[in-house]
Amino acid sequence: MSGKEPLFSSKNIKLLTEPLNKSNPITVLVLGICSALAVTVKLEPSVVMAVSVMAVLAVSNMVISAMRSYIPPRIRIIVQLVVIATMVILVDQVLKAFAYDVSKQLSVFVGLIITNCIIMGRLEAFALGNKPWPSFLDGIGNAAGYGLILVIVAFFRELLGSGTIWGYPVLEKIGLYKTGYVNNGMMILPPMALITVGIIIWIQRGKNKDLIETN
Amino acid sequence: MKQFSNRYIYIFSAVLVIVVAVLLAFVSQILKPIQEKNERIEQMRNILAAVNVEATSKNAEQLYNDYIKESYTINSDGIKIDSLKPLTVDLKKQTTAIAAINALKLKLVERKISPFKMAVSGGNIKKADTEVINAEISKLRQTLQLPVYVCFKEEKEYYVFALRGKGLWGPVWGYISLEEDFNTVYGAYFDHKSETPGLGAEINTPLFQSQFRSKKLYDENSKFVSVRVLKGGASGDSPHNVDAISGGTITSKGVEKMLEDWLDQYNEFIKNQKKEL
Repeated sequence: MSGKEPLFSSKNIKLLTEPLNKSNPITVLVLGICSALAVTVKLEPSVVMAVSVMAVLAVSNMVISAMRSYIPPRIRIIVQLVVIATMVILVDQVLKAFAYDVSKQLSVFVGLIITNCIIMGRLEAFALGNKPWPSFLDGIGNAAGYGLILVIVAFFRELLGSGTIWGYPVLEKIGLYKTGYVNNGMMILPPMALITVGIIIWIQRGKNKDLIETN
Repeated sequence: MKQFSNRYIYIFSAVLVIVVAVLLAFVSQILKPIQEKNERIEQMRNILAAVNVEATSKNAEQLYNDYIKESYTINSDGIKIDSLKPLTVDLKKQTTAIAAINALKLKLVERKISPFKMAVSGGNIKKADTEVINAEISKLRQTLQLPVYVCFKEEKEYYVFALRGKGLWGPVWGYISLEEDFNTVYGAYFDHKSETPGLGAEINTPLFQSQFRSKKLYDENSKFVSVRVLKGGASGDSPHNVDAISGGTITSKGVEKMLEDWLDQYNEFIKNQKKEL
């Protein structure tokens, strides 16, 4: 390679933007569904979850990438797990100290980031073969793709299920309840998260012909 | 691909694990005071919720100091333990002790109702044994630490007692407040670690908790009955029953047992207070 590649070359920008749409971890790769169903009842925990996953994924991607030539291939999976688990515990501790209420709402799901397949998938597929900086961007991009879907799902579930947005009673303020409108309690239950994700996948494939399988 | 020797792999893993352990221990030590403060504030919020005062994490400490005018720790004989601050009582340990007391009591009852069965299963029915068990019970009761918070609100006194028990997946806990007659429930607050959302987790909703208001702990003959959490709808006129949560039977029963177990330990204290009235 001649000369230094700029920090935000078009290749690197692509690492950030592609997971938002064409290679989205949830809607295209269908990874990380479990937590997407569990934490999307309200907007606030979803955003905190997305930020937590971003911190974990970006940093572990970078750390693994920096160590990639020193990690013996025979124990690489367990090394990845140790790095991920460390990050998750750090995030959990920080949340407990500075965002106690939200950490109570997220309860076990922060801990379960360890088992989120997106993270291990990116470490295996990207970080082990790329330099730290692109790995970092790849982590941010994939977590953002994950977070984007989480926020969209949470927005609709909170609006239709509880009639609020970020805890603010929107529907009550515009006076919808007086017309006889009732919240849809079904939206709060996990199955509706799956259906919402399904609808998002449907719309995305309808718009993006590349994603349609031909066989 | 590069070949790594076994020795390299061992050293690599050892170094990795040690680095990670040091890092985590360090962070945990640094954040511990803040986390403990959060837990303390959460505890204050729960106590305030039991006397129907809503607090946010910001004003909880302030409101706690305003409303709770006195707090002390007692043992199961109703005697104050002066040296112990009630907020620092390890409720988990007390729950274990209460369970031990109840197990011993059960043993005594078993002896009474089926001496034959006890004899067959190798148990002794000597009188001395009963005395030993009784001595053990009274020793446990003396060392029990039960927090009492006295709240002064709108010219009235309310007594807040701590509770802790088992739900389906993990611990449940809460606070219950009594009016000055030491019989009528003024308010209750419950929370849980990991009950099922939408089912057992409903115990921390106002819908469930508000049912406890103005229920009675003692019947007309001043006999302790606690508040029962009943499946299938409690009839509205009974002063001792509340509705259980459908789909959360084990959690509901856990709440019921927790109320019975803990309030039973507060009995002596309540009796003494009633005499003073």
